[in-house]
Amino acid sequence: MKPNRPGREVAASTKISVRGLNKVFHRKHDELQVLSDVDLDVRTGEFVCLLGPSGCGKSTFLNIVGGFEVPTSGTVEVDGARVSGPDKKRVFVFQEYGIFPWATAWDNVALGLHDRPKAEQERITRHYVELVGLNGFETSFPHELSGGMRQRVALARALAVSPDIVLMDEPLGALDSLTRLQMRAELLRLWRSERMTILFVTHDVDESIQLADRIVVMTARPGRIAEIVTVPMEHPRDVGSAEYGRIKNRLYDLLGVNHAV
Amino acid sequence: MNLVPYLVALSAVVLIFVACRLREPAPKFLLPFATAVIFVCGWQIAADASMYPLMKDGVLVRMVEVFPTPWSTVTGMQQPIRDGTLLRYTIASVYRVAVGFAIAAGIGIPLGLWAGWNLRGFQALNPLVQALRPISPIAWIPIAILWFGVKDSAAIFLIALASFFPIVTGAMTAVRSMPVVYVHSAQNFGLSGIELFRRVVFPACLPQIITSCRLALGIAWMVIVAAEMIAVDSGLGYLVMDARNGNYYDRVVGAMISIGIIGIGLDALMRRLELLDEVRWGFPKHRSEVDETSAQGRLDLERARGGRSA
Repeated sequence: MKPNRPGREVAASTKISVRGLNKVFHRKHDELQVLSDVDLDVRTGEFVCLLGPSGCGKSTFLNIVGGFEVPTSGTVEVDGARVSGPDKKRVFVFQEYGIFPWATAWDNVALGLHDRPKAEQERITRHYVELVGLNGFETSFPHELSGGMRQRVALARALAVSPDIVLMDEPLGALDSLTRLQMRAELLRLWRSERMTILFVTHDVDESIQLADRIVVMTARPGRIAEIVTVPMEHPRDVGSAEYGRIKNRLYDLLGVNHAV
Repeated sequence: MNLVPYLVALSAVVLIFVACRLREPAPKFLLPFATAVIFVCGWQIAADASMYPLMKDGVLVRMVEVFPTPWSTVTGMQQPIRDGTLLRYTIASVYRVAVGFAIAAGIGIPLGLWAGWNLRGFQALNPLVQALRPISPIAWIPIAILWFGVKDSAAIFLIALASFFPIVTGAMTAVRSMPVVYVHSAQNFGLSGIELFRRVVFPACLPQIITSCRLALGIAWMVIVAAEMIAVDSGLGYLVMDARNGNYYDRVVGAMISIGIIGIGLDALMRRLELLDEVRWGFPKHRSEVDETSAQGRLDLERARGGRSA
C-alpha cells in the first residue's frame, strides 16, 4: 500500500516535466494564445489538479500531455522521453462520450487489452470490473447505466491497461453532486491501490482540495500558472477544518472571486 | 343516391371523436381502422359520383363505372390472386429490389466510410456524388434500357443507382460527423488500422447507416414500380401498366394497394434493425415510444405538447 499522506518519502522522481509550453491556435482572422510559458513538474504517484476558469487552457494542456495536440513551443517529457503521440501509458478519462455506446460495459473495459491473450483479457477485465463495482452490469450497454456507472466504466477501462499516468478532463462534471462526492472517494481509493500519477482538470474548488496533493491554479487567456498550492492534509479530508477553509480562501483569492457571497 | 357510405363514414368520425375524448387510450387498431373506413367511404362516394348512365332510346340501360369502387377492386383482383400472377409479380419486384439494394449497400457503405474517413477521398468523391444524386432514377430509364435491354438487369441497375446515393452520402456524413472523442479513445488504447475501423468507426456510424439504408429502400421501392412500367414485363409496376392497357382500372388500383402494403412491410423490416443492441443507443427514445397507458407516459406526452404542466 502506498502511504496516504502528502510528502511521502518515496523518492520524488519526476514523472512529467513540462518546460516553456506555449500553445497558439490560429483562427480565421487572428491568433489565440491558449497557453503561455507553462512550467510544471509532476512527481511519480502524485495527484495534481489543474484548477481554473473555463477557457484557461487546462484541457488543451491535458491534450498536449496526452499526445493529442502538439505544442507551439516548449516540451513535455514523460520519464525523460519527449511525448510524440497518444500512448497506453498515459490514458485519458473524458467527461462524456469517452466510452463506446455500442459496446457492453465488459467490452468497454476490455478495449485496451485487445493485443493480449484471451485468458489474460478475461482475467484483467474481471478484476477491474469488480474493482470499480460494476458486477452484474457486465452485459449492460452505456445507455442503460446511470451517469455514475458510466464513469466507473470509463475508470475501469483506463485502469485496465495499467497506465503510469491517468489524465482526467473534468471526469465528474456531468454527475449530480451526491454521485460526484461518492466518485471522488472511489477515485482516491483506486489511486491508492493502483499507484498511478493523476492529472485532473476541474473548475470545482472543493473538488480540487478534496483530491489533490497539489493544485495548479491557472489564469485565463492566455492560460498561465498563477500559483501552485500544496494541500498538506491527510485523507479523508475534513471539509470543516480550519486548514481546509484556509486553502479554499487562498484558491478563491487566486481565482479572483469573492469567497463571501 | 346511395346513403350507406355517408352513414358509415359519419359513424367512423363519431368513433374517432369519442376515442379522443376518452381518458383511457383506445385499442391500438381502432383509430387506424376508423381512418381507413373513412378513406374507403370517400372512395366509394367519389366512384359513385363519377358513374354515368348509359341510355338507349331514352331508357336507362345501366350505370357505367368509370372509376373502380372498392368492391369492384376486390373482385377485380380475384383473378390475379387466384392464378398466382400477383404472387409471382410481387416476388419479381421484391427480388429486383433486394438484389439492387444489396449491390448499392455493398458498394456504397465501404465507399462512404472510406471517403468520410479520408479527406482527400471525400474531396474527390463528394462533388460527383452530390451532382449525380439529384438526377431522378427515372431519368436513367432510357440509358438503362440502352445498356441492359428490357430485362431484369435494367431494373436492378436502376434500383442500385437509386439506393446508392443516399447510402454513400449517409455513410460519408456519418464518419465526418463522428465525435472526435471516439477516435481519440481508440488511439489512446492502441487501436489503429483495420481494428480502429472495425471496432470504432463502423459501429459509431452504424445507426446513421441504417437510417440512410431505410431511406434508400423506400426510394428503391418507389423506383422499381416506375422501372417495371417500362423496362420489364413482370412485377407490380408492370401489373399497373398492363392492367391500364387492358382498361382494367380495378386491377390498376388493386396493384397500387399491393405496392403500398409491401412497401410498409419492407420498411418494417428495416426498422427492426434499429432495435439491435449495438445500434439502440443511436435511436433515442422517441415520443412515439412513450407508453401512453402509464401515468408517467401521459405526463411526458403532455410536457412534449407544451401544455398543462403538472
